[in-house]
Amino acid sequence: MRLPPALPLLTVLALLGPVAAGLWGTFSAGFGHFPVAGLNGPSLAPFQTLWAWPGLQTSVRLSLATGILATVVSLAITVLLLAGWTGTRPFRALLRMLSPLLSVPHAAAAFGLLFLIQPSGWLVRAVSPWLSGWDRPPDVLLVQDPLGLALMIGLVVKEVPFLLLISLAALGQIDSTGRMQVATALGYGRIRGWILGVFPALYARIRLPVYVVLAYSMSVVDVAVILGPNTPPSLSVQIVRWMAEPDLVQRTTASAAAILQLGLVVLALLLWRGAEQMIAITARRIAYSGARGQREAGLRVIGLSFGTLSVGAVLAGLAGLLVWSFAARWSFPDVLPDGLSLRNWQRNGPAAWQTLGTTFVIALAATLSGLVLTLGCLETEERHHWRLTEKGLWLLYLPLLIPQTAFLPGMQTLLLQIGVDRTLWAVVLAHMVFVLPYLRLSLEGPYKAWDARQGTIAAAMGASANRIFFRLRLPILLAPVLTAFAVGMAVSVGQYLPTLLVGGGRVQTLTTEAVALAAGGDRRAIGVYGLLQTAAALLPFMMAVILPPLVWRNRKGLQHG
Amino acid sequence: MDDGLRLTDLRILRGAAPMLELDLHVPPAAIVSLMGPSGVGKSTLLAAITGQLSADFTLSGDIQLNGRHLRPLPAQLRRVGILYQDHLLFPHLSVGGNLAFGLSPDVPRKLRRDRVEAALHDIGLDGYHDRDPETLSGGQKARVAMMRTLLSNPDLLLLDEPFSRLDKTLRDQMRQLVFAVARDRDLPVLLVTHDAEDAQAAGGPVIQLTQINR
Repeated sequence: MRLPPALPLLTVLALLGPVAAGLWGTFSAGFGHFPVAGLNGPSLAPFQTLWAWPGLQTSVRLSLATGILATVVSLAITVLLLAGWTGTRPFRALLRMLSPLLSVPHAAAAFGLLFLIQPSGWLVRAVSPWLSGWDRPPDVLLVQDPLGLALMIGLVVKEVPFLLLISLAALGQIDSTGRMQVATALGYGRIRGWILGVFPALYARIRLPVYVVLAYSMSVVDVAVILGPNTPPSLSVQIVRWMAEPDLVQRTTASAAAILQLGLVVLALLLWRGAEQMIAITARRIAYSGARGQREAGLRVIGLSFGTLSVGAVLAGLAGLLVWSFAARWSFPDVLPDGLSLRNWQRNGPAAWQTLGTTFVIALAATLSGLVLTLGCLETEERHHWRLTEKGLWLLYLPLLIPQTAFLPGMQTLLLQIGVDRTLWAVVLAHMVFVLPYLRLSLEGPYKAWDARQGTIAAAMGASANRIFFRLRLPILLAPVLTAFAVGMAVSVGQYLPTLLVGGGRVQTLTTEAVALAAGGDRRAIGVYGLLQTAAALLPFMMAVILPPLVWRNRKGLQHG
Repeated sequence: MDDGLRLTDLRILRGAAPMLELDLHVPPAAIVSLMGPSGVGKSTLLAAITGQLSADFTLSGDIQLNGRHLRPLPAQLRRVGILYQDHLLFPHLSVGGNLAFGLSPDVPRKLRRDRVEAALHDIGLDGYHDRDPETLSGGQKARVAMMRTLLSNPDLLLLDEPFSRLDKTLRDQMRQLVFAVARDRDLPVLLVTHDAEDAQAAGGPVIQLTQINR
């Protein structure tokens, strides 16, 4: 029996269906067509309301500035680390932290950072009162600052691990070692040689992920709710606020703002693209000038310092969540609480455990169905000798490039009209949109890397294609499939907006609960939820690391990879 | 003091195991060939001289180039040119861009284009300045790679089986060209090869490296 080509079709539908439907919903509501609220468009009223909103200019500036700045800084740290430190001992130490860091949900990392840098946070406590003279938390805006700097830092600490991991995967394909040998023998310093000789080829391969970082940073909601300014907030946060208003007409304002947000992302991508070309021309001129860049110890130190800082901030933040979740009385400026207690866990535990259950059900449903689709696609494509083209890759990245706030409001208004919003399955469908691309990206390499001759041998012995797939290929690919599973779970656990908008308040995960706690400022409860959220994302990763060596303990050939 | 390359009491350990022991003098304009089976440490020796030895190896002894002690110097300050068997041209730069990448930074901006064009002329590639290196033939790529190295004004030329990817006729031409250029510039040359013909064509002393008995 041949696998029906229905699987690729179904995958594209699951991947792009919600996006297309959501955009349709956003555009019709944004142009005043929203029958549920008794509005029959088209009209420009939603945009008129939007233009009249006094916070618009600031929120647009925030979205553009924090998004672009966070991307530039993340990319710069990544480049300096790779250029200055590849192959060294500190670099290898950093690498070991990457995968776990990547799976820490954005909201948990943002809360950790909040506990670190807010006026009553660890950093201020560490210098008070002996150095700063403060015996009460100082009245300064260290977080939720009007410029959005805290928000930007919160994004950078999560995007650097992402860009590093993506780059490391790509570096193996472009002979970076050979390129560096040539540049070094010609007299180039480490960083100059890497930037002129390796980076152009690397960038061509990580361009789409960089665009994803840009689009994401511009339109992020959960991190912005936690670390960003409030009055007014960045545009995407304001969209969510309008969506939450009891007056349904406000959803048309939200949709108009969502169209604007989409336009801003497109504009930023075009600007970025232009900047790419200018930088490429400049780099070629510098390469032609032959300047060797031999004094760059300072740059190397800067790269390593910022890299270490961004890793350290996430780790210290998680430690902060841990301490707060067990803290008894903890007054300012003590560095540690007076005592530890289980009271916070007892108080928040029962509700949190139940939410953990929902979180896992959604993540499991989205990831497992996503895995079936992805493996089905890979296998079908191979049997038909199809290859993932550049265009296919863009399709895969599309749901990650279109801001969540642009199509999720529309998806919600559509679901509302057919009356199936706020169900668990609608949330699972929304999560799959974001899980599927990451599943495909993490399985693509391992799936193609298998030795096709093993299949040929099996087929020559009379094994059917299905038998080869289930009895040979899947078992051999156990480790990568489990890793992909862990990635999918982490992506789903970390989702905020799909759960919030599609679940409409009726479906709660650890992430939505944790972010909802942000406004109240109950740090002990935040500690409990943030930790559970991190644990839920890390657990599948630990399983993916531990399980394959146990299953294959008597098979040496399968113990690496 | 133009004394060429001197290796004194040079020893390389892989982990704790001795891998290579060598004393060697390559005077200016001389070509010394190193031969020996795979794994004897030929490429490792070249990496030790360029300063790109991996951390798995330990090095002792002295490396001098025209009187300069190389070991304390970082790789990019050693002025050691090397040609590999892969041409390793940068695919994102034009042919001329690749040569300018090698050309010494002392040549001022205004003269660089002329120097690159002249270098292209020297290797018979007039008018190739803006070409994509991928469109060149194997022999042309090899010539560009060689010229890129020479333009950086090295004090020493290391050749790591640079002719083995070329077909027979090209190999002869390329050998003649590289050796002539090196003699012309009084460069000491250390050639690592599997191919006895390479060593023969070089015309200099041939050193057979053998596995150290443990």
